[in-house]
Amino acid sequence: MCLAIPARIVELEGDRAVVDAMGNRFRAKTTLLPKAKLGDLVLVHAGFAISMVDEEEAKKTWQLISEINEFMDTPNKVSG
Amino acid sequence: MFERFGNLNLFRISKLDIRIYCFMLDRINKAQKIMSSACKTLGRQINIMEVCGTHTVSIFRSGIRSTLPEGLRLLSGPGCPVCVTSQGYIDIILQLADRKDCIIATYGDMIRVPGKTGSLETRQAKFNVKVVLSSEDALQLAKDNPQKTIVFVAVGFETTAPATAVAVKEAATESIDNFSILGGHKLVVPAMKALLDGKNHKIDAFLCPGHVSAIIGSGAFAGIVEDFKRPCVVAGFEPLQIIEAIAEICRQLSAGTAELKSLYGAVVTEQGNTVAQKIIDECFEPADGYWRGLGKIEKSTLELKDKYGRFDAFKRFNLTETPGEELDGCRCGEVLCGLVEPSQCSLFGRSCTPLKPVGPCMVSSEGACAAWFKYGGRGHN
Repeated sequence: MCLAIPARIVELEGDRAVVDAMGNRFRAKTTLLPKAKLGDLVLVHAGFAISMVDEEEAKKTWQLISEINEFMDTPNKVSG
Repeated sequence: MFERFGNLNLFRISKLDIRIYCFMLDRINKAQKIMSSACKTLGRQINIMEVCGTHTVSIFRSGIRSTLPEGLRLLSGPGCPVCVTSQGYIDIILQLADRKDCIIATYGDMIRVPGKTGSLETRQAKFNVKVVLSSEDALQLAKDNPQKTIVFVAVGFETTAPATAVAVKEAATESIDNFSILGGHKLVVPAMKALLDGKNHKIDAFLCPGHVSAIIGSGAFAGIVEDFKRPCVVAGFEPLQIIEAIAEICRQLSAGTAELKSLYGAVVTEQGNTVAQKIIDECFEPADGYWRGLGKIEKSTLELKDKYGRFDAFKRFNLTETPGEELDGCRCGEVLCGLVEPSQCSLFGRSCTPLKPVGPCMVSSEGACAAWFKYGGRGHN
């Protein structure tokens, strides 16, 4: 639940932003990160930007998220 | 070359430049040497606990466990919010979901957690259980349904708490009086201390959560290092960074020191997000709370301050959280404390599977049991 997703702010009005993560656009608020500006990359958790993040880190996390999604879709199997 | 690294699945390696690949192998090699040397120096089992559900998933998915020396064990601690929520709290949500005057707004993670009488999923058909992605969505539900009381299931650690606080403040400013929260936000550090204080003395060190630390700051773990002399290393979710964090812990254990380190400098600062901390402090105060497996922990849960008391669902419906009874035969509590491995539970893989889960650690995709079930004990089979 505590996974935050890096996303770029593509629209910003007050503390209401539209962000883009891996081509998906959604609404997020910058209330917790007042210094965030249009074009910034931020970590978004539960609809709120919580931290700034750099380009390299964002790419790594996007890669990981796409792999975790594959993990979630893997058919269950008994082992261990 | 793969043999030497067990079942490690770093990235889609075929897409990587061979130089980057060699550089990564070199770093893994170095990390493994430090780990092996620590096992030899200490001459006993080393237990490192991760307290973040996303770490658990990343560790299993990437197969990190399969690369560790025999004497080094990773324990999945109380890092998944769904898993640590007490049975009593779950039963209260279900009780509220049965009321005609309420709409339950919850993050999707909670929907399948079984209580005494089914789960929220079984009640979704009645249209008064809504899955939301944000506390803001719950607030919007309140605006759209003025005749109903919205109960927002406010669970999660410090990462999620500020979002709830913002919604409560907005509800107060805009007088949205049919909005309420069932406060269940948990604090990570008190739980780590409670584990060391009584439940599990065998934990040698903590791999500290990445995104919780983005809010509370890496400095928040200083008390554990100083008072309990346990290394605390903050890491992100990339497999290589997790491996290097484990190696850093091993280096400290070999040297007999305990230090606070962060390898996740790209996101985490020592102070954390002070704006978010201030908003949490404005709305909430720490109160004693119940955790699955860990019982009652002093000042470990966030309760709404009196000035926002009218948004407190516990007060509005005159409810009190009790620890609740654990489900029959379920050993999630012991799993969360690192006392048993999921496969030691007699229900695991038999009557408890991800499709038909009994305990929360199997329900949540971040739970230790679910990860163990999918990937086996060593990961990435």
